[in-house]
Amino acid sequence: MKKLVLASLALGLMSGAALAETIKIGVVGPFSGPAALQGRNFQAGIDAWLAMNGSTVAGHDIEIVYRDLPAADPAQSAALTQDLVVGEGVHYLAGYYYTPDAMAAAPILEEANVPMVIFNAATSAIVNASPYVVRTSFTTWQTSTPMATVARERGIDKVITVVTDYGPGVDSENAFVAGFTGAGGNIVESIRMPMNTNDFSPIMQRVKDSGAEAVFAFLPAGPATLGFMQAYVENGLKDAGVTLLAPGDLTQEPDLAALGDNALGVLTTFHYAVSHDSPENQAFVAAASKAIGNPADLSFPAVGAFDGMYVISKMIEATGGNQDAKAAVEAVKGLAWTSPRGPVSINPENRHLTQNIYLREVAKVDGHYINQEIQTFENQGDPGWKAP
Amino acid sequence: MQTILSIGADALAYGMVLFVISIGLSLTMGLMKVVNLAHGAFAMIGGYIASYLTQQMGLHFGFAMLAAVLGTVLIAIPLERLLYRRIYGAPELTQVLMTIGITFAIIGIANFLMGPTLKTIALPPELQGPVDIGFRTIAAHKLFAAAVGIVVAGALWFLIERTPFVVRLRASVDDAAMAGALGVRTRMVYAVSFAVAIGLAALGGVVGAQLLPIEPYYALRYMVTFLVVVSVGGAGSIPGALIACLLLGAVETTGRYLMPEFGEFFFYLAVIAIVCIFPNGLLGRAK
Repeated sequence: MKKLVLASLALGLMSGAALAETIKIGVVGPFSGPAALQGRNFQAGIDAWLAMNGSTVAGHDIEIVYRDLPAADPAQSAALTQDLVVGEGVHYLAGYYYTPDAMAAAPILEEANVPMVIFNAATSAIVNASPYVVRTSFTTWQTSTPMATVARERGIDKVITVVTDYGPGVDSENAFVAGFTGAGGNIVESIRMPMNTNDFSPIMQRVKDSGAEAVFAFLPAGPATLGFMQAYVENGLKDAGVTLLAPGDLTQEPDLAALGDNALGVLTTFHYAVSHDSPENQAFVAAASKAIGNPADLSFPAVGAFDGMYVISKMIEATGGNQDAKAAVEAVKGLAWTSPRGPVSINPENRHLTQNIYLREVAKVDGHYINQEIQTFENQGDPGWKAP
Repeated sequence: MQTILSIGADALAYGMVLFVISIGLSLTMGLMKVVNLAHGAFAMIGGYIASYLTQQMGLHFGFAMLAAVLGTVLIAIPLERLLYRRIYGAPELTQVLMTIGITFAIIGIANFLMGPTLKTIALPPELQGPVDIGFRTIAAHKLFAAAVGIVVAGALWFLIERTPFVVRLRASVDDAAMAGALGVRTRMVYAVSFAVAIGLAALGGVVGAQLLPIEPYYALRYMVTFLVVVSVGGAGSIPGALIACLLLGAVETTGRYLMPEFGEFFFYLAVIAIVCIFPNGLLGRAK
C-alpha cells in the first residue's frame, strides 16, 4: 500500500514536470456593481497583455478564471479564493480591488502554496499579511506623500485636509500631514467626511472659514468626486485661489469628461496617467483600448493588471510551470522593467513596486480632458510600509 | 449668524432636491400601497435621457427635462401593464422582491447601454455659476431645484385636495371591485397614478443630478435615503414629505458642517427618534 502511494506520488510529480500543463490564474475583482468599471479595467489590462505577448508562457498555456466580487466583502473574498484554489486548482491568484478583500484572502496563500499578485488594493500593510503577496499597483502613502513637497515648493503654508473617512482616506491624510508638517508647513484643520456624502457644500463652507491657502483632498474614484469638484467651484473656492491638491483617484480618466471645466488646473499626484508619453504606454493604451471597447473607460487599474500579468509570466518562467509559490515570489524580488507607467522595480523587502510618482495637472488637449504630467518624483518607495 | 444662514441655505437646497425625488415614492407607497424599490431606477432613467439629449444631441435643458419625464413614463407604461399590475394588493414581500429584481435588471441594462462612467446633464448658462442671495452666493441650479420642489408640492397638493382623482384612487386601492361597480375605471386610475409617480421620479433624477450624479448604481445607491424620507414624512402625505426633507436636510447639513467625523450619526439618530415618536411618520395616517 505504502509503495503504491509512493509510486503514484512519484508518477504525479514526474508528469507535473514533464507535461506542459495549462497554468490557471484566478482573478478576483469587482466585475459588476458600483465598481464594475475598475473590474473591467482589470480585464482590459489582462487582455492587453495576452494580446501583446500571446497566451503561452515557457510552453505553458495560460487560462484566466474570473470571480466576481461586486463590493468590499472579506468573507466572500475568502470563499471565492478558496473556491479558486480548491475547486478550480488555480496556480496563481490575482486582482483584488479592495484592501479588506486582499487581507481576507492572504492567509490562504501559504497553505495553498499559491502566490498572489495584487492589481489594486492600496493599503501599505497588505504585503505583511503573507510572504506570498506581490503588489503591482501603488499605495495611498506612495501617491500622497509627494504632494507635500509640491505644496511647499509652491509656497503654500496653510493647508486644510479633507478626506473620506475610511482606510485609504485616513492613510492619505496621515501621509500628507507627515510630509507637509515635516517640511515646515502648517495644517490648520483635518476633516474626515462620511463615506456616503452627497452634498459637499457644508464641507466647502468649512474650508472657506478655515482660512487655508490650499485644500488637500482624498476621495475614492467614483461618483462622489463629481459633487466634490462642483461644490469646490460653486462655493467660490476656485475663484478665491484656494488650490486643490489630491492624489490621482480624484481625477481618474473616465471621470474627467464628467468633471469638465471644474477640474481644469487641479493638481494631482499619481503613479499612472493614460496620457503618459512613452512608446511602452502607447502600445499598452492601443491594446487596452481595444480590449475595453471604449478608450475613455481606461483607468489606472488596467496598468496594475498589465504589470501584474508580466510579473506572473516571470514567475511561471522561473518555476517552469511547477507549483512552487516560494520560488516564484523569490524569482521576482528585485525584478526591474519598463512598465507603461515608466521604470519600475519590485522592492525585495516588501514585494511592492518602487516607481515614479508624477505631478499632473488636468488640462484640455484637442477637446479631451487629460491628466498632463508636469513633474516627476523618481523611484518612490512606499513610505507607509513598516517592517512587521 | 453668517454661518447659520449659510447652513440654512444649503439645507434648504438639499432638502428640496430630496423632496422632488422622494415624493413620487411617497405617492406609490402611501396611496397605491406599492413598495416600489425601482423608484430610484426610474429617476436614473430620467437622468440618463436628459444627459443623452443635452450632451450627445446638444438640445436645451428645458426640452431635455420635459423629454426625460415623458420618455421615462413611456418606458414605465409597458412595465406597469406587464409587471406592476400583477403586484397591486399583493403582500409586501412579493412587491419588494419583484421591484428589486426590476432594479437589478435596469442597473444591468444601464451599464450595458450607457457604460459604467458618470454622466452629467449640461445646464443652460442661466443655471450655471453662483447667484448672490445677499449674505452668500449659492449655485443657481440649487435655487432652481428648490423652485421645482415648491411647484411640485403645490401642484400635488392641488391634485390631492381639490380634485376628485385621489378619491377614486383610494377607492380603487381599498376595494377595487366595489369601486369598479360604482363606475371608477380602476385600471386607468392605477395607470395614471403610476405614471405621475414615475414622472416625478424622472423629474427628480434630472433636477437632482448635480447633487446625486447619474451612473448605473444610482438606482440602489440613494434608495435608502428616499425610503427614509417616505417613512419619516408618512407615506402618501405631501406636507409630511416636505417637512421630512427639510428637517433631514437641516440635520444632515448641520451635522456635516459642525461634526463631519460623526458621519451619518445625527441623520439616523433623528430618523430613529422621529419614527419612535411617530410610528406612521410625521403626518402619516394610522394604519
